Amino acid sequence: MSLLEIKNLKKSFNDNVVLKDISLSVERGEVLAIIGPSGSGKSTLLRCITGLEQEDSGVIKFDGTFGLVFQNFNLFPHHSVMKNITNAPIRVQKRDKNEVFEHARELLKKMGLEDKEDAYPCELSGGQQQRVSIARALAMNPDILFFDEPTSALDPELTGEILEVIKELAAEKMTMVIVTHEMAFARNVADTIIFMDGGVIVEEGSPDEVFSSDNKRMKEFLGKFYD
Amino acid sequence: MILSTVIEQLLGGMVTSIEIFLLTLLFSLPLGLLVAGGRMSGFAPIRWIAKVYISIMRGTPLMLQLIVVFFGPYYLFGMSLSSDYRFIAVIIAFTINYAAYFAEIYRGGIESINSGQYEAAQVLGYSKIETFFIIILPQVIKVVLPSITNEVITLVKDTSLSFVIAIPEMFTVAKQIAAADASIAALLVAGIFYYVFNVLVAFVMARIENKLDYYE
Ligand SMILES: Nc1ncnc2c1ncn2[C@@H]1O[C@H](COP(=O)(O)OP(=O)(O)O)[C@@H](O)[C@H]1O
Ligand SMILES: [Mg+2]
Repeated sequence: MSLLEIKNLKKSFNDNVVLKDISLSVERGEVLAIIGPSGSGKSTLLRCITGLEQEDSGVIKFDGTFGLVFQNFNLFPHHSVMKNITNAPIRVQKRDKNEVFEHARELLKKMGLEDKEDAYPCELSGGQQQRVSIARALAMNPDILFFDEPTSALDPELTGEILEVIKELAAEKMTMVIVTHEMAFARNVADTIIFMDGGVIVEEGSPDEVFSSDNKRMKEFLGKFYD
Repeated sequence: MILSTVIEQLLGGMVTSIEIFLLTLLFSLPLGLLVAGGRMSGFAPIRWIAKVYISIMRGTPLMLQLIVVFFGPYYLFGMSLSSDYRFIAVIIAFTINYAAYFAEIYRGGIESINSGQYEAAQVLGYSKIETFFIIILPQVIKVVLPSITNEVITLVKDTSLSFVIAIPEMFTVAKQIAAADASIAALLVAGIFYYVFNVLVAFVMARIENKLDYYE
């Protein structure tokens, strides 16, 4: 059975039909990349899956914990890096404080931020903030991690460090769904790629299949990246 | 009258002024938050009531509100109230007036918080109440503190309006002495008191603002 299964998901905002009958599934350990032009409904899809939007109809089958990494981090500015990471596991998941702190230090080390636990988000670069937000999501021990354009708010020279972190997670078999505009990265890291346009899944398959597709919209979209 | 006697007589009034000040803050700061909640409620009748309440409190003189709260129960409902009610009326009038101002300040602060903060909290599993008290309110307090400071400084001076229902606070006492004495010495001393009080208030508020300066 798939870890996440979506069937016939539909979502409109007033008259604007944003998701038209989306079905997909994600297996444990799979990395799914979602690509597509802006406005095609990628964020709305993630927001429906993570409960930030209510779908109009369809089925979302998933039971487990998940994490969501936002484009603009959404760290809590008044909490230290450590508190950003540990507060929810302690308060919400009611886990043992010492265990959570140990886990958080491990994650910070993995993110190359072991010296930043007492820093506040405003003292960090965008790339560092995004790594903290990934650590915050991982601290909840999620079964699946969603990313919504995790590098889009970053200066180009900082995107690499985030992509590296995600690649590392992929190598550890973390289940991930990643909305991204980084085509080379998507091709490299994903097991499956979905190309969305106008609220529908236009193409779905292995990176090689999708990137060599003859679909007109797909070719048009990819053309923009190789001008 | 010699100055030391004047000051001695004013001392009682000073204590009353400080009591009005502290009790008003104690009640109006939380009440303002509640009113702000009502003002932003998804339930239209509550939103509407809060809106009318705020508009009346801000649109009519505080002096008039003091009179209405004090004399209202008698003239409107024929209730006879104990002599203690004089002081209680002052606290009620100041509290409901300042709560309206604080409510609008809180509302501005709450609306300034990015929706991403709520979304991050929701995804991490915080309840609505936890989100408000752990994530949102601390950030709101930092945002609204300068506006709150303005209101608190105004409150120090506004306590003198209690003279209108003959509460023996600083200003009432100073006026009585000045009239009996045919001298404005007592009023000048009162002026110095209000000024020093406000310098202290500004100092304390600046300390609190500094404390919250650890981020952004
Ligand atoms: N909360 C909302 N209210 C109204 N329209 C929205 C809302 N969120 C997204 N939309 C609309 O839905 C469409 C898809 O948006 P989005 O899912 O953000 O696309 P993408 O992430 O692929 O760029 C856009 O036309 C956008 O304007
Ligand atoms: Mg988007």
